[in-house]
Amino acid sequence: MARDGNDGSAPLLEIRGLCIAGRSDRLWHEIVKDVDLVLRRGEVLGLIGESGAGKSTLGLAAMGYTKAGCRIERGSIRFDGQELVGAPTETLRRLRGARIAYVAQSAAAAFNPAYRLINQYCEGPVRHGRMSRREAEADAVALYREMRLPDPEEIGFRYPHQVSGGQLQRAMTAMAMSCRPDLIIFDEPTTALDVTTQIEVLAAIRAIVRDHHTAAIYITHDLAVVAQMADRIKVLLRGREVEEANTRTMIAHPREDYTKSLWAVRTFRRAPAAASPQVDKAPLLALRSVSARYGAMPVLSDIDLAVRRGRTLAIVGESGSGKSTTARVIMGLLAASRGTIEFDGKPLPAACRDRPRSLQRRMQMIHQMPDTALNPRHRVRDVIGRPLEFFLGLRGRTKERRIRELLDQIELEPDRFIDRLPAELSGGQKQRVCIARALAAEPDFVICDEVTSALDQLVAEGILRLLDRLQREMGLTYMFITHDLATVRSIADEVVVMLGGRIVEQGPKDEVLAPPHHRYTEILLSSVPEMDPDWLDRRLATRREATGR
Amino acid sequence: MTGWLARLREAPASAWIGILLILGYAGVAILAPLLAPFPETAIVGPQYHPWTAPHYLGTDALGRDVLSRLIWGARNTVGIALVTTALAFLIGTTMGFLAATVGGHVDAVSSRMVDVLMAIPSLIFALLILTITGTSILALILVIAVLDSTRVFRLSRAVAQGIIPLDYIEVARMRGEGLFWIIRREILPNAAAPLIAEFGLRFCFVFLFIAALSFLGLGLQPPTADWGSMVRESAKLIAFANFGSWQTATFGLAPLLPAGAVALLTVAVNLVVDWILTIASGLKE
Repeated sequence: MARDGNDGSAPLLEIRGLCIAGRSDRLWHEIVKDVDLVLRRGEVLGLIGESGAGKSTLGLAAMGYTKAGCRIERGSIRFDGQELVGAPTETLRRLRGARIAYVAQSAAAAFNPAYRLINQYCEGPVRHGRMSRREAEADAVALYREMRLPDPEEIGFRYPHQVSGGQLQRAMTAMAMSCRPDLIIFDEPTTALDVTTQIEVLAAIRAIVRDHHTAAIYITHDLAVVAQMADRIKVLLRGREVEEANTRTMIAHPREDYTKSLWAVRTFRRAPAAASPQVDKAPLLALRSVSARYGAMPVLSDIDLAVRRGRTLAIVGESGSGKSTTARVIMGLLAASRGTIEFDGKPLPAACRDRPRSLQRRMQMIHQMPDTALNPRHRVRDVIGRPLEFFLGLRGRTKERRIRELLDQIELEPDRFIDRLPAELSGGQKQRVCIARALAAEPDFVICDEVTSALDQLVAEGILRLLDRLQREMGLTYMFITHDLATVRSIADEVVVMLGGRIVEQGPKDEVLAPPHHRYTEILLSSVPEMDPDWLDRRLATRREATGR
Repeated sequence: MTGWLARLREAPASAWIGILLILGYAGVAILAPLLAPFPETAIVGPQYHPWTAPHYLGTDALGRDVLSRLIWGARNTVGIALVTTALAFLIGTTMGFLAATVGGHVDAVSSRMVDVLMAIPSLIFALLILTITGTSILALILVIAVLDSTRVFRLSRAVAQGIIPLDYIEVARMRGEGLFWIIRREILPNAAAPLIAEFGLRFCFVFLFIAALSFLGLGLQPPTADWGSMVRESAKLIAFANFGSWQTATFGLAPLLPAGAVALLTVAVNLVVDWILTIASGLKE
């Protein structure tokens, strides 16, 4: 295979002993420590690791660029034989965009909302003197077609907000290709997308990179995605390289413990539900033909579902399917326009301010983004103490003791964490504090709204284990909102699949996740990447058969 | 609190200059009875005494000691400006936070009322009201506080609107927390930094506004010493200034003394405000 690059040609990109330091609190910390990286023409290298592992910093360094507040301490970055460390700005400017391109995580944030897509496309090639404006426009249409964007002749004349997220990401990749670069850096290009959209973007990116024989660095924290995209994988941990190997070798036989633990994350399975003590016939919460609307726009129609005591109901669906709205209706933040909600056999008032305090206490919710769910000015003590004081009337020493008990329960050392502000906690620790806040109210029913989606996989697994343990110890009932089917497999008893504000399928987990499926469930299930380098090819093949193309 | 002390230690020189100047002004205002060599309103010497002992900054048209009046003026002008700004903030932030948190009709009605108040040039509006009510200190404070609270309302409403959609407010609402708890404990701590910075700026404007009103004769009334009216009284002396000798030149410099006092305090407050804004914007963190 020529792709293995044993043809003796000089590498396209060669990074040796690179150290990059970042400044925080007036001190310089090394973010990337002594990393080597070699990339040959046409080769795709996957960079994986948790957040803070230095993936993006390393990716940007491949363009000779560092973010504000970072600097290259030591090492060399050679691109096509040319040293980039310490190179004059003019040299770098001529490389960037023309020979090295970059695709950012959020295309929606990376496009300038005030210009049409094609204007932004043409900027690069025209500036670099590769093409005239007219040629660039024709070229854009050709690349849009190659990226399988709908309406390639017209789509470039739209503004970024008029195009969907998946299409934007493809338009961004087309833009990166505009000067036919030798190297593209993809920084988590599909992380913000739904699984059903992700598969299309992945297929398009892979096709165009292969067709143009472009080398790429693909940064992601999703192992299954990197397995589809990369020829080789490099694992980073806190700025250091853990190991690097051919994709198939790496997936089949990871050498280091850290890599093995990353691989093992998706295997977490809960103990069978028989362990839960109460198996009650009457549901704790029941929604009967509930509909809701934002203004005149209907967002939920005819939702019927029941959550049994001590069990976990998972709601899955892509963004915009009404999952979170269902949670808001249950919590009384949005009034249902039709239908009734029953909690513990009694109808629930529509607005949360009309509910008695005892009911507010019994239902708690944990949010998706721990960053915004914690007041940045409240210390852990106040965050957890407030519900204790508010619902249970605890004061002084009893309150303090209970706060410490709760911190113990969520596996955070009380002495170290009780006086911290949210800014002094990591993402996973913040989410644990949010869980403690919900537990402080001694609830029966907890809604977990995408609680793990903002977290790294290892951290997310820790949160899932914690939630599972708490359920067994305290007999909690969960409603788990997620778009991640791995989470559903690991924690749910029952599953509800939503699409466009309706329930398309529901039932026990094993029935919903096993064939025969509803058509949409089938699409959803088959879109989740698997840890198998051939998965994407198989998916695309079955899809081609199905559409007869 | 310790966080603020730590920041104070790291404050740049400009902020320190500002802080020291403000402390100096505050000291002078508080200790006016001890510092001033002569009484505020008594005629203690000949008219138009040049800058020599015992009247180091001369005397005015009635023979009152200018230095003493400057010192007493700090107490009157700065004190009233401080009370007025505090009152403006009390009204403005309360209404602004309420409008943002409750929303709906409360927001619509209060915002439109503020729009109406802001549509009228504030100096003309103040002149109009003060001609009707007469120029007591209380009327002055109330009128300026209400007029200025409209700006504070706008700012606090906008800041609160940025905070309210965040999840921690939703959590508090789901818990069933009362309106005032949400405003005081959840919103206020996060809105404090821009509001403190605005407080400094507003204070300067109020202060200049009072000086302007006094200059026009509708602010603090004689014989009370305040810097605005002192500028007006000494302004006509410029005509008599003779820059031939040092002694006669002091007449020309007389209006610059109260004006300079106003200017220096404004600069000092702005130096501190700049520093607080840097902290609030998170650039230093």
